[in-house]
Amino acid sequence: MGDLQIKKNPKQYDAIVVGSGAGGGMAVYTLAKAGLKVALIEAGPMYDPRKNQTQFKNPWESPRRGASTKFRPFGDFDACYHGWDIDGEPYTKKSGTQWDWWRARMLGGRTNHWGRISLRFGPKDFKRKSIDGLGDDWPISYDDIKPYYDRIDRMLGVFGSNEGLENDPDGIFLPPPKPRAHELFIQKAATHAGVKVIPSRLSILTKALPDNKDRGECMFCGQCNRACSVAYADFSSSSVLIKPAIATGNVDVYPNAMAREVLTNAEGISTGVAYINKDDMQEYQVTGRVVILAASSCESTRLLLNSKSKRHANGLANSSDVVGRYLHDSTGAALGGYLPQLFDRKRYNEDGVGGMHVYSPWWLDNKKLDFPRGYHIEYWGGMGQPAYGFGFGIESMNGKHVVHGKQKEAGGYGASLKEDYRYFYGASVGMGGRGEAIPVYDNRCTIDPNVVDKYGIPVLNFDVKWSEHEIKQAKHMKETFKEIMHEMGAIITWGGDDGPENNYGLESPGKIIHEAGTARMGNDPKKSALNKWNQAHDCKNLFVVDGAAFVSQADKNITWTILALSLRASEYIIDEMKKKNL
Amino acid sequence: MDRRKSLKAIAVGTLAAGVVAESCKLSDKKDETKKETDSADASKFTIDRAKEEIERDTKLMSQKFFTEHEMATIAILADIIIPKDDVSGSATDAGVPAFIDFIVIDMPDHQTPMRGGLRWLDMQCLQRFDKPFKDCDQKQQMEIVDDIAWPKKAKPENAQGVAFFNLMRNLTATGFYTSEIGVKDLGYAGNSPNKWNGVPDDELKRLGLSYSEWEMKNCAKYD
Repeated sequence: MGDLQIKKNPKQYDAIVVGSGAGGGMAVYTLAKAGLKVALIEAGPMYDPRKNQTQFKNPWESPRRGASTKFRPFGDFDACYHGWDIDGEPYTKKSGTQWDWWRARMLGGRTNHWGRISLRFGPKDFKRKSIDGLGDDWPISYDDIKPYYDRIDRMLGVFGSNEGLENDPDGIFLPPPKPRAHELFIQKAATHAGVKVIPSRLSILTKALPDNKDRGECMFCGQCNRACSVAYADFSSSSVLIKPAIATGNVDVYPNAMAREVLTNAEGISTGVAYINKDDMQEYQVTGRVVILAASSCESTRLLLNSKSKRHANGLANSSDVVGRYLHDSTGAALGGYLPQLFDRKRYNEDGVGGMHVYSPWWLDNKKLDFPRGYHIEYWGGMGQPAYGFGFGIESMNGKHVVHGKQKEAGGYGASLKEDYRYFYGASVGMGGRGEAIPVYDNRCTIDPNVVDKYGIPVLNFDVKWSEHEIKQAKHMKETFKEIMHEMGAIITWGGDDGPENNYGLESPGKIIHEAGTARMGNDPKKSALNKWNQAHDCKNLFVVDGAAFVSQADKNITWTILALSLRASEYIIDEMKKKNL
Repeated sequence: MDRRKSLKAIAVGTLAAGVVAESCKLSDKKDETKKETDSADASKFTIDRAKEEIERDTKLMSQKFFTEHEMATIAILADIIIPKDDVSGSATDAGVPAFIDFIVIDMPDHQTPMRGGLRWLDMQCLQRFDKPFKDCDQKQQMEIVDDIAWPKKAKPENAQGVAFFNLMRNLTATGFYTSEIGVKDLGYAGNSPNKWNGVPDDELKRLGLSYSEWEMKNCAKYD
């Protein structure tokens, strides 16, 4: 480290974007297409599923047959680099609290492997405080964001069905795939139990987009979590936004660049970003007219809090002291088992799209319930590609059910056992709820005063707890799931015995990987970090376009709304630049 | 897209200059992607591996946990659990012992239950037959396997053996059904480009299911 020095990049950019996931990708794409010069700072390596392919690979091509590793927590074929635990990049928690923090480190971030569940927030989701008195209303309404949802539906592609539901708005949908066999059983049973089941809404091209020759039609391999290499038929920021943005010639990507802080001048205006290059471990600075953070809610928050100066003594854009607060994740609980109707089933290619073909949007009225807000239900099952864990626990199944007319003893070996594996294959079924938590002032992350990562950057300390609201929601989920399983005669093998002792199987906060709320937008600069354009109240040329900007996150996965808001903010930036306000 | 242009855009500032230059030089060759993973070891893998994965997996694959004696025992047990039948080959045909040898290195939690279970089995055999399991004749081997392969009717004093055999059965089945032979045996028909037009009519009928009019009219259809 003898000659360690800060290397300043002489190029002056129009915009510096930190992070290349949904929010960053849309910003880079929109600004580059408008002719602005953009620097993209990404903490991980370049990634393109055409070069970095795991799609269409067989289980035996992984020595661990697709099991997870620390580097790929969702399995050896999953297209997300890193996850819960990164060497040399710790985070800490207040004792007695829980937070699990997923961090992707790659071009495109988590969008390379995400579930592609692309739900619009509804009119009520922006005005929750007005409805139930909890949390806060957004400074925008559904009408403000609707045109942007419409545009990203057309630009990125999403399938679904127009149902005319009050709080699950219709969209510009491609045709949905037909339900699979287990989904037809679910549809029937859930409807009996009073739970609405409709086609899912996923950003996967069941038909090619009319004006896009770079992307093709879905090939129904069920592997969107491996990122679509052949057709780019699923929405990944890397292949759908960043790649065409780079093709404009207006984007410089800085991969393996870990942002350290946002630089500001004496007037408190941001001037650029300081980062460490992981390849040569040298310190660099880039300068630009506008800085846009999209590093994920908590990484963007960490950057803001670590960017202290005379003008921003409490961290950048944090005179309100809300940065880091209102941290919340979706609630989640699940259970599963198998459907005896599907024993000894006909074999055919059932992969379908990478995810469920049907789902249940929230269907109840909270006035009649003991908890606020709702959840949607996701379903899975059927004849998937075998992977590590296949066949485990056969001894708890093969003594219980008659196989080809024979009642067998549990366990065993030999040709008879092989018959059992074939007989039970493809009968699994499961479901999980994803619900809305109440953002709470005291649920927060702060900078740990004592701990730095291997780059010397101070790390986050988390202090988050679920409340009764979320626990009661999980209880309701489990009751509903059991009813649906019972209704279709399914046998529950896991998740059926949860009770108050474990919060009814409610996942610890962070586990659903939908963190949001830590630099929320609002009209009052004393109570919010950003205005309704994702622009910092305290620093006009600083924007945050990831989940941090969210006031609340509805019972809808947040990606589609991150994309819509990032598009909206990016066009606002272009406009303001034209008007010389930025 | 102009590949040179995009490479240039990618190259600025960070990636070691050598790697970038190399990519440019290779940009007209077909298998440039292989080179970009920048390690000779990468050729062992047919799936995307980051540098840290290549290093870790190469190291794991060079290690051995089981002794030759243990491996011989595992192979016999694996073929008792999954023998050749009229549909497919046996566990050893599918390379299950090698898989088990790797997986206990990858998942060290399996090491003690496997090693201890194998020793439990050998001690039983020594006491009963004066020979370790692998040297017993087939009748003797099956006698002891029958004591531990049926969890519901096994004697309580054999509970540890049952637990071991359950684990052995799990690892054998997983190794077998994730092999080429096993995937074919199961009849898994996916993992290839395809168009989804719904559940085949005969299966739909057999299951007592049907698509609604709405689904028939509005869901995606393919020729």
